[in-house]
Amino acid sequence: MIIDAIKNGIVIDHIAAGKAMELYKILGLGELDCTVAILKNVVSGKLGRKDIIKIDRVLDLDWDVIGYVDPNITVNIIIDGRRVEKRQLKLPETITNVIRCKNPRCITSVEQELPQIFKLTDRENRVYRCLYCETQAGK
Amino acid sequence: MRSLIDILELSTQEIDELIAKASDIIAHPEAYAHKCDGKILATLFFEPSTRTRLSFESAMLRLGGQVLGFSEAASSSAAKGESVADTARTVSCYSDIIAMRHPKEGAPLVASMNATVPVINAGDGGHNHPTQTLTDLLTIYHEKGHFDNLTVGFCGDLKFGRTVHSLISALSRYQGVRIALVSPEELKLPSYVKKEVLKKKGIEYVQTTDLESVMPELDILYMTRVQRERFFNEEDYLRLKDSYILTPEKLVSAKQDLCILHPLPRVNEISVAVDKDPRACYFKQVNYGRFIRMALILKLLEID
Repeated sequence: MIIDAIKNGIVIDHIAAGKAMELYKILGLGELDCTVAILKNVVSGKLGRKDIIKIDRVLDLDWDVIGYVDPNITVNIIIDGRRVEKRQLKLPETITNVIRCKNPRCITSVEQELPQIFKLTDRENRVYRCLYCETQAGK
Repeated sequence: MRSLIDILELSTQEIDELIAKASDIIAHPEAYAHKCDGKILATLFFEPSTRTRLSFESAMLRLGGQVLGFSEAASSSAAKGESVADTARTVSCYSDIIAMRHPKEGAPLVASMNATVPVINAGDGGHNHPTQTLTDLLTIYHEKGHFDNLTVGFCGDLKFGRTVHSLISALSRYQGVRIALVSPEELKLPSYVKKEVLKKKGIEYVQTTDLESVMPELDILYMTRVQRERFFNEEDYLRLKDSYILTPEKLVSAKQDLCILHPLPRVNEISVAVDKDPRACYFKQVNYGRFIRMALILKLLEID
């Protein structure tokens, strides 16, 4: 299958297979009016299978969000058909307004305008906890 | 300016200093009777609490300061829908320090992020209650003289018992501490506390449903109440509330210098017959609570 090369845009590569749609939604790529291609289950020497997202525009992405979804993702910035930057991501120390705390006892459950802040508490196991009530993300 | 939201914000050295200060207040109360002249403590209690609120108020009054506040959400502007942040900003204009209890976890942190005066977490839901932990530590220190190498049993509701989580975290920083966790299956210590505190710090611990099996080993027995307000389901509460009732008979195998603690209020988990036992320290604990809060108020107001 052939997808045209990007002249000016972003290639989000090495996404764990099956995670592209989550990243697409979390980054709000559905709001863009430019071409966005999602490639699923691409054969990869390193990962076996991987997902790729190509965005036909250079824009400012939330690197922390991408790092939270998968710190092994690489982001390539393409300008005039050439890669001008390859960015390695890492797990961010905090993420804000990306996920919501599910603890019904948390103050954020009643005060909806509070920013939803999660802190990395265990890098090895990729554990994030709510800043306010310390409930583990995803629990 | 500094607040106290979580006991782990205090280093062991700072805890030692607070214990030393509280001990000095106990020995020389007259020297502290006017330390807070002209200062105001606001007690913002969005959830009922007799002991903690009165302890804070007594602490400030004994330091020569004054108090204002409310004792239930219904009598505050929260009933009109005001946010915690706005309440904290407003009350900062009326007081020099705030003690806040709130049923929602993290509310005092939100207050501290918006107040212009120090905020003390006086209990946020099932989460943190650092001044209870300081009270427990001062009591243990006065009864035992040290924290190292103690075997501490926690009994009752270890799942929702915030005082248990905080005290385990605080004790895990001392050498040779051993922990016995006694609870019904449904109220076991959350796995993240075991993993992120006990295992991470290499603390030796046992987990059991049988209090009497660990009783002979204990230096400290920390009893807790199964709290009705932590359950969404009344049936679960009724089924579990009488899981452990401490009686003189159960103490037969205990050490002679065992120290029995309870954050209070108790319902029936310690028989009143135990009150006469010299090992019962839970009413002394109440008294220590006021002294450690006096020391904390002085520290946060930066008064020597």
